Amino acid sequence: MAPAGSGKIRLEVITPERVVLGEDTESIIVPGARGYMGVLPGHAPMVVNLKIGVVKFKQGGSYRRLSVSGGFFEVAEDKAVILAETAERGEEIDVNRAKAALERARKRLAARRDATVDAARAEASLQRAVTRLRAAGAAPEKVFGQAERERPEQE
Amino acid sequence: MAAGVRELRRRIRGFKNTQQITKAMKMVAAAKLLKAQERATTARPYAEKIDAMLRRVLAAHGAAGGKLDGTGAVEALMVERPVNKVIYVVLTSDRGLSGSYNANIIRLAEAQVKERQGTPTASIVPVGRKAFDYFAKRHYDIVAKHVPVGDEATFAQAKQISSELTALYASGTADEVNLVYSEFVNAMTYRPTVSRLFPIGRPEGEAGERAAAPAGAEVDYIYEPSGPEVLNALLPRYVQVRVFRALLEARASEHGARMTAMGMATDNASEMIERLTLDMNRARQAAITREIAEIVGGAEALK
Repeated sequence: MAPAGSGKIRLEVITPERVVLGEDTESIIVPGARGYMGVLPGHAPMVVNLKIGVVKFKQGGSYRRLSVSGGFFEVAEDKAVILAETAERGEEIDVNRAKAALERARKRLAARRDATVDAARAEASLQRAVTRLRAAGAAPEKVFGQAERERPEQE
Repeated sequence: MAAGVRELRRRIRGFKNTQQITKAMKMVAAAKLLKAQERATTARPYAEKIDAMLRRVLAAHGAAGGKLDGTGAVEALMVERPVNKVIYVVLTSDRGLSGSYNANIIRLAEAQVKERQGTPTASIVPVGRKAFDYFAKRHYDIVAKHVPVGDEATFAQAKQISSELTALYASGTADEVNLVYSEFVNAMTYRPTVSRLFPIGRPEGEAGERAAAPAGAEVDYIYEPSGPEVLNALLPRYVQVRVFRALLEARASEHGARMTAMGMATDNASEMIERLTLDMNRARQAAITREIAEIVGGAEALK
């Protein structure tokens, strides 16, 4: 772990299936339940609910990305932990699979009017697919929060 | 006595076939055990962090008083109430040939049910075909089931089971929910365990943690959006992790038990083959000796 005051914050990303990431970063941006928020080294202790979205973290001046699907974000003593149900590093995301998932979700949403498709679930999978594409850099990055507003209200 | 030899040869062949199967099953179980153990290991950090986080949030919100959340939804999962209905979630495997693995779990579950018979009525949620077959046959009250469970525990599975159990508890169908599963010690040893899922107790190890960090535990956290909301999201996750861990332990135990059982079966087959081979050789020798005696006797008679 980076010692306090070194200007670095250690980011760990953990899912039930594996440890996805454990690296020193310069800053972190997470999709909080009430919107994206940034965390710099020396942040006060904090626990945040996360929603589906892209986590960005800065290393050597440039950003790297992760997609996460909900979970928790905890900061304490220059150490940040993301506990997510699923998380993938941008570079390991299979863009074609994500695109296929996006198509499926769109179709299901379109079919929602005539059939009793589980709309909430379809919305969530749509959002996950978009997030994964964005984390992989294969979809245009929107202004934070805007993407969610384009779609019908969640939850 | 040539027929005796043939008979013995046939039996040896039979044992060899059996041995081949048990040996293959042992090897497959060993491979699955390795994988199951690895999954259990990789799941540990997440479980530990969730435990720690829940402990901290509870401490910060003075959960001792039970006043957690205006809506009461969270308290409902934690507060004890008079127990009229108990659920035992019994985690076994789908298939047998795993020694006493399933029998031990089922016996423990049944003993629990019998012990508490009377005041609370007990229902069963079988997870795994063996448990379902056993309890269904004996007309136990089965409120939900997960059959088959498969060879590998997944988090998705844990999620589904958790949400079902949570619904059963929240709706008042049960006042207490227990998990009965096998804790994995090592490939030879597994310990049938009962552990309470609902009402949710304080995460284990709390006392130790408190004593170890009396000052550090008092760190003031900022909660986003709010403490109760974080707790509301955290508790279901904690339940899922508990169920996931039980599933992982059950799978590792199952494969360990099967590996041991099949290893023993293979050894027993070897022993039988050895003994039968000895018998066969003896019978063959006797037959040859007799034949020679007959030939000699016949030649004598012709003189």
